[in-house]
Order: sequence, then structure tokens, then C-alpha cells
Amino acid sequence: MNSAIRRLAVAAIVLMLALMANSTYLQAFRADDLNGRNDNRRVRDSQFSVDRGPILVGSTPIAESKESNDQFEFQRTYRVGPQYAPVTGFYSYLYGRAGLELTQNSELNGSDPSLAFRRVVDVITNRRQQGASVSLTLNAKAQLAAYSAMGNKKGAVVAIEPKTGKVLAMVSTPSYDPNQLASHDLDKVGTTWKKLLEDPNKPMSNRAIRELYPPGSTFKLVTAAAALSSGRYTPETKVRSPAELELPQTTTPLKNENLQNCGGSDNATLTVALRLSCNTAFGSVGLDLGADALREQAEKFGFGEKLLPELGAVASQFPADPNAPQVAQSAIGQFDVQSTPLQMAMVAAGIANGGDVMKPYLVQNVKTADLKTVSETKPESLHQAVTPEVASQLTQMMIDVVNNGTGKPGRIDGVQVAGKTGTAQTSPDRPPFAWFTAFAPANDPQIAVAVMIEDANVPRTDIAGGTLAAPIAKKVIQAVLGQ
Amino acid sequence: MSIASTSVIQIIPRTRRGVELWLLIVAIGVSVAAYVNIGLTVQDKVPASTGYYAAGIGLLALIAHFALRYRAPYADPVLLPCAVLLNGLGVAMIHRVDLGLAKAAEEAGRDPRGPAAPQQITWTAVGIVLFLVVILLIRDHRRLQALTYTAGLAGLLLLVLPLVPGLGVNINGAQIWVRFLGMSFQPGEFAKLCLVVFFAGYLVVKRDVLTLAGHRFLGLDLPRARDLGPILIAWAVSLGVLVFEKDLGSSLLFFGLFLFLLYVATERAGWLLIGGLLFAAGAWFAYATFGHVHKRVEDWLHPFNEVGGQVSNALMGQAWGGVLGRGLGQGRPELLQFYAQSDFIISSFGEELGLTGMIAIILVYTLIVERGLRTALGCRDIFGKLLATGLAMSFALQVFVIVGGVTGLIPLTGLATPFMALGGTSLVANWAIVALLLRISDQARRPQTPAAPVSDDTIALAVQKQ
Repeated sequence: MNSAIRRLAVAAIVLMLALMANSTYLQAFRADDLNGRNDNRRVRDSQFSVDRGPILVGSTPIAESKESNDQFEFQRTYRVGPQYAPVTGFYSYLYGRAGLELTQNSELNGSDPSLAFRRVVDVITNRRQQGASVSLTLNAKAQLAAYSAMGNKKGAVVAIEPKTGKVLAMVSTPSYDPNQLASHDLDKVGTTWKKLLEDPNKPMSNRAIRELYPPGSTFKLVTAAAALSSGRYTPETKVRSPAELELPQTTTPLKNENLQNCGGSDNATLTVALRLSCNTAFGSVGLDLGADALREQAEKFGFGEKLLPELGAVASQFPADPNAPQVAQSAIGQFDVQSTPLQMAMVAAGIANGGDVMKPYLVQNVKTADLKTVSETKPESLHQAVTPEVASQLTQMMIDVVNNGTGKPGRIDGVQVAGKTGTAQTSPDRPPFAWFTAFAPANDPQIAVAVMIEDANVPRTDIAGGTLAAPIAKKVIQAVLGQ
Repeated sequence: MSIASTSVIQIIPRTRRGVELWLLIVAIGVSVAAYVNIGLTVQDKVPASTGYYAAGIGLLALIAHFALRYRAPYADPVLLPCAVLLNGLGVAMIHRVDLGLAKAAEEAGRDPRGPAAPQQITWTAVGIVLFLVVILLIRDHRRLQALTYTAGLAGLLLLVLPLVPGLGVNINGAQIWVRFLGMSFQPGEFAKLCLVVFFAGYLVVKRDVLTLAGHRFLGLDLPRARDLGPILIAWAVSLGVLVFEKDLGSSLLFFGLFLFLLYVATERAGWLLIGGLLFAAGAWFAYATFGHVHKRVEDWLHPFNEVGGQVSNALMGQAWGGVLGRGLGQGRPELLQFYAQSDFIISSFGEELGLTGMIAIILVYTLIVERGLRTALGCRDIFGKLLATGLAMSFALQVFVIVGGVTGLIPLTGLATPFMALGGTSLVANWAIVALLLRISDQARRPQTPAAPVSDDTIALAVQKQ
């Protein structure tokens, strides 16, 4: 009998070991998986109860947690909600997180591995866990200027410091108020969320970096850069610029917008062609250089790369395998050339910085609650897009655009602005996109900016694009330069 | 076998009551520390009820200890401290969930339900009283053998009691409760005790015929067809419990216990094979026929399919606890409502004490089971061996079924977590079971006069001659 009892004893131990093994799998190995679930109330509630660190612009918190006396301990508050919404994103109990609230979550709530030491200290000294603060590169004045200048227009503004790649302003309109999504009145949050999703103007999409648009004539800067870099062109090189440029393989010619030749000449110089934004001139340059040279140049400015990982910018695109007429269209920023406003600001910034395109960044540093720096972002070069010589030639041409050409609305008294206008159309029945990209001061650039206005209700001419977008860029430049 | 038996019988007879006292002090200390810890984290103060709790648990444990000193000095020294520890921790966790539920009710603007912990302390007292009754009145467990058929009848009556109209109540889909004089009981817990007595007494008499007759097939000794009666009856009764009371856990427990005792009594693995096949058939039949069994299996395979399901909630709670736990008072066990005190109490521990606490608790249960089986090994009479085996294995099966269900190892079935879960009947019954095990172990470890080693078979013959 005893041997049977012994076997049962072994069986009982096996049963208990099975329980322990299963618990080990559940609590040690499967735990992360379960803690990451959206329907996990424990994790959600606990994160909602953490004293989350602020997001700072300068020393001003644009997002911060304030003590609240309702069902949660803290209320996430956004100081000027809609103005910064594309950057901060939101922090909602029901709908999770977006923007920096999402990507910097572990720093903000203090759970990041880099903050482990801090947490140990908090436990030992019996202090509550406090999140780290995230400081941004944004310039509050530029952001305000850009946001108010956009008014109720639909579009985006991105400003960059050319020397470093710091993002100085990022505005997307129409925007939304993240306070309404962070509210603890969950019924109201649900209604707001539904309304935002159904809004045809898509207020929650970040037009500055997450949407692609045809860059139109602002892309001629890239074509000009490729031409000058090829060594076969100077700013004074004459190019074919008739009113209509007949294209190979098609009977549809490429036309100048005013249906005339370029400044009274069928063979205008590159400088004049840029000044007047002649389509036929850049079309013929594009045909001459070929798709590969254009694509290579575009990629050196950052096309094809997913930039600004803090907010997950999408990659701008140059078409993969265009035929000849498509190359001519691409050279003037039409056909399948797709760009974010951020990318066009980087083109201007690269030219401004002697051809050195800096990697754009938004998070300047992360600091613990007692102001110890956890991480600090250092400027980093992305690509040398053009030589300093070509950059200075392009700068002169862009000065000419603002002083004498389509970019006149961007002029500022006492400051030399260099810029390029654009008006892009996707289809004849859709209002065009108005663009302006510029930097200033031309001799010592402090800011590069791109403005894009969607569905601009203007004539389809570059002057029209400039008229609409350039004054907004001007206000942002003035804000940064302290005018 | 005789060599193995000899090694067991030659235990140096020492009472070990001093060891038991020290272990008890540790168990009481851990429980009170848990209670105070909960008060400090949840209410920022040592709870006012600490004195009541500490005195209650401590005094009851010491009374039990001195009863053993007086009436069962050679009893196993580990069983009582293990039971006290589990009981004490259980009350502490019930108290913790009380606080959590009260807070949640307050935030939602509802009236909080009264606390359950004081009630559980009262039931602990009742359990200790029954413990004392068993230790003081049953001077020799072999007397229970005379009650074999009485116990069998009582067990069956207790089993069907919840089916009596006007007496039984259906709670959470299972018809296993009886409401009487305004209080609820789970007679199944005592039915378990009675049936183990019955199985043991019955098998002592029948083991010869069940052991010897039969034929060999594929290396296994299979019984004769006409000897299959008892196992088929046990199987049918278990299925009846499942069908009429919708109580999957008890059904499995009763059949499993019978099967284990049959195996120990006969030492024939063939019985396990037959029993295993019957179990598989019954399980498949239940899965295919009964919606509630089918649903339990579905919830087990896909716990997250059901929004707000208990199992998924418990799994997330344990994951939230991780390896070291959130700390007592710092988890969210109350998200499981009052289930966090009853069926899912082990999940509450997993959440607040982590994998570490979980394994510690499972090890304490393992200790109880193995000390019980050791008592069976050392016991000198067959009835005592079977009884101790049955009682010990009832713990093993019950813990495996409920903890396995709550941790997602097997489908969830509603069995009480011994000593910990909220519920008077189960607690009282478990104290009676531990008392019986201690009574048997006292006899097993008591020095014999003459002290000459006796082999099992001699005892078996002696018992049958009686």
C-alpha cells in the first residue's frame, strides 16, 4: 500500500509543480503582453494616477498634470491646447495617447529604464513616482505667430533652425483641443471623439508631417539644385523656356501658367526661370538631367526617409520610375512628387546651412523632476545635399525670387528673405495647394520655414500661392527674429 | 515494500510540540504583519481592528496547539502552523478586498457592503471549535470505521441536500448551496469528509476481492467485470452532481478521491486506467451536452473573448503583480468584486504578492498534502492509511482544480480555496479535516509497545480478522 501512497505523493507534487510552472509563465513571461493590453484597466488606471511630467516650451509647460479631486488623482491639462495639439497629442483614459504623449510616454510617466535609478530613490525616500519633463525645441513666439496667422485656413506651418535642425514651430490647422479628450468626464470625451473623427476637415491629422501633398513649384529648388550640382549649369545658363514645351511620347505639352514664354524669352536663364517660376524651363532642365539625378538630389534633402521619430513623420516621395513626360512634370513638383511641409522646410534649411541638411528634432532634453538631465539631443547632420558654392548660388536665386519675383509678398523691411513660392494642383476640379518656403536672414539664416495651405481658393498661379502663403511665413520669421 | 515500510516506522518518537509552537508564532506573526501592512498602505494607519484580528487568530491557534499537547502530543507539528498561516493570510486578504470594495463603492456613490473579514474570523472560531471537538472526542480514528455506511449515507444526503426544494439555492449557476436559518451553507464540503470516511471504510473490507480477482492484459491487472460495480456507482454519482447541481469541481473531486483510494487500496494501476477512461468519457459527455461546461472550456481557451470576464480579469491582475507583486494593499484585486475574496482569492495574492507569494502559498499547500501523505505512510492500520490519503489528496485535488482554474491552467470550476476563500462551511470543514489528519498522525507517530517493526501485511490481516 505504501508504494501506491508514495506514487500519489509524487503525483501531488507534479500537480503542484504544474501550478507553479503555469504561474511562472503567466506572471514572469506573459506579464508584459497582458500589461500591454488596451482593455487592461489596472495599467490604464495606474498610469492615469501617475504624476506625469510636463512637456515644456522654454520654461512654460504646454502639457502638465494637475491634481484633481475626482475619480483620478491627476488631470492632464494643455495650456494652449489647439495651438500645440499636433505636437503634444493627447492623453485620454478612453482613447489612449497620441503625439509626444505617446512616444515620450515612458519618460513622462517615469517608467523608462533611463529613470530606473530615480524610481529606486523615490521608493527608498517614500516619495511618489514622478515623471520626467520633456523640453521641446519649439519657439513659443513662432508657434503663436504661425497659429494665429493660419487663422481658419486649412494647412500647416513648419519652421526649422537651419544650423541645428531644431523644429521652431509646427502648426496644423484646423486643430483640436486635447483638453477635451483628456477630460475625466468620460461621456463628454466619447462625444468629442466621435465628432472629431467624423469632421471632414480631419482636425486630428498632423498636416505638417503626417500628410503628403504635391509640393508644386517649391520643388523647383530641388531641380535647380540638381542642375547646379551637375556642373553643367550655372545660374546664368540659358535653358529652353517657350510658352509651351512639347514633350516626348505625348501630344500634351507642358505649359507655363500664364501661357507665355519665360519673361519675354524662349531661352531664359535659370535665375529668371526661378524668379518667374517658369514650368517649361524647369521641365526641360528635368528632361535634360533625368529622373535619377532628380531623385538623388531629392533624397539628399531627406526625401524617402522617415524623419522626426518623436512624431513619426511620413517619408516624402519622388516617383520610382517615371517616363519622360512624367519626369518633366516631376521636375516642377507635380505628377507623383509627394512631400510633407516639414520636408520642404528642410530643403530651404539645407540651402540656408551651406548645403548641410540637419536632422530635424523636437525634443531638446528630458529631465527628472529634480532637474537632472536624463538625455539631451545634439544636432546631427543628415546629408550634405549640395556644395556650399551651389548653396550660395541657390540662395542668390531665392533672394531674387523674393526681391523681384513671385515671392514679393514675403519681403520684410530690413531683413533679406530668400524664398520660393508654389501652387500645386492634384486635379482640375480641386482647389490648388498654396506653398511658400523661405529662410532669413539670407546672410546669416536663423530660420527656415515652409507654409502649405490646402484647398486654397485662389487662381492657379504661383503669384497667387505666394500671396496667400508668404505673409504667413513672413510673420513666423519676424517672430523668430524678434521684429 | 517491507523495506520502505520499515524506514517509515522507525521514526524516533518525539512529540515536536515545541517546534509546532515556534512555527505557529511565525505563522501568526506573518499573518498579523500582512494585516498591519494592508492597513498602513490602504488607510495610512495601523488598523484599529488589528488587536481583534491578532488576538482572534493567535488565541485560536494557541488553543488548538494546547489541545494537541493535551490529547494528541505526537501529532504532526507542521500541519497546524500551515493551516493557521493560510487561514490568517486569507482573512488578511479578505480584509484588504473589503477596504478596496468599500473605496470603490464610495467613489461610485453606492452604499458599501458590510465587511466580510470579521465574519470570516467568526467562522475561524467555529472551525477551531470543531477542531477541538474532533481532537477531544475522537480518541482513536479507527472508531470511525464503524461509521462507514453511516458516513456514506450522510455524505449522499449532504450531496443531494441542495436539490431539496425550498432549501437549496442557486448561486452563480451552481446548485450547491443550502439556506437554513438565514445562513448559507455548502454541504458539499462536509459531504467530502463523510465520503472519504466511507470510501476508506468500504475499501478496507473490499480491497481483497478488488485486488486479487482479475486478469492480466497488456501488463496491467484488469478487474473482473462484476467488480466494476463500485467504481461505476461512484462515477454515476459524480455525473449526477454535475448534471443536477452543475458543480463541475465537486464532481471531479469526488470521483478523483474515490479513484485514488481505490488505487491505494488495491495497488492496481488498472483501476486508474479504467477510472481515467470513465473520467474522459464523462468529461467529453459533459462538454458536448451541457452549456455551462462548454462555456467554461471556451472561457479557458479564449479568456479574452468575453468582455469583462472574470478569468481574463484575474489573469491581468496576476500579470500586473508580476514577479514581486504590487505589494499588499497596492494592487486592484477589488476589480474582481467579491470574487476576489472567494473563488479568486489566490489571484488577489498573485496580484499583490506576485509570483513569489503565489509560489510560497502553493508550497504551503504542498506541505499540507505531503505531511498528510506522510501520515498515511506512517499509519499502522489500513483504514487510517486510506483515510489520511483521502484527506490529503482532497487538499491536493482541490488546490489544483481551483488554483489551476484561476491561473488559466485548466478550465475554471468553482471549488473553495482551502482555508483562504471566504466562506464558513468550507473553512469549518477544512479545520475538521486537519484535525482528523492530526489525530491519525498522533497515532502514527506515537511510540508503540512493543516497538518491534510490523509489516503492512500483518496489519492488514489483523484488521480483517477483527
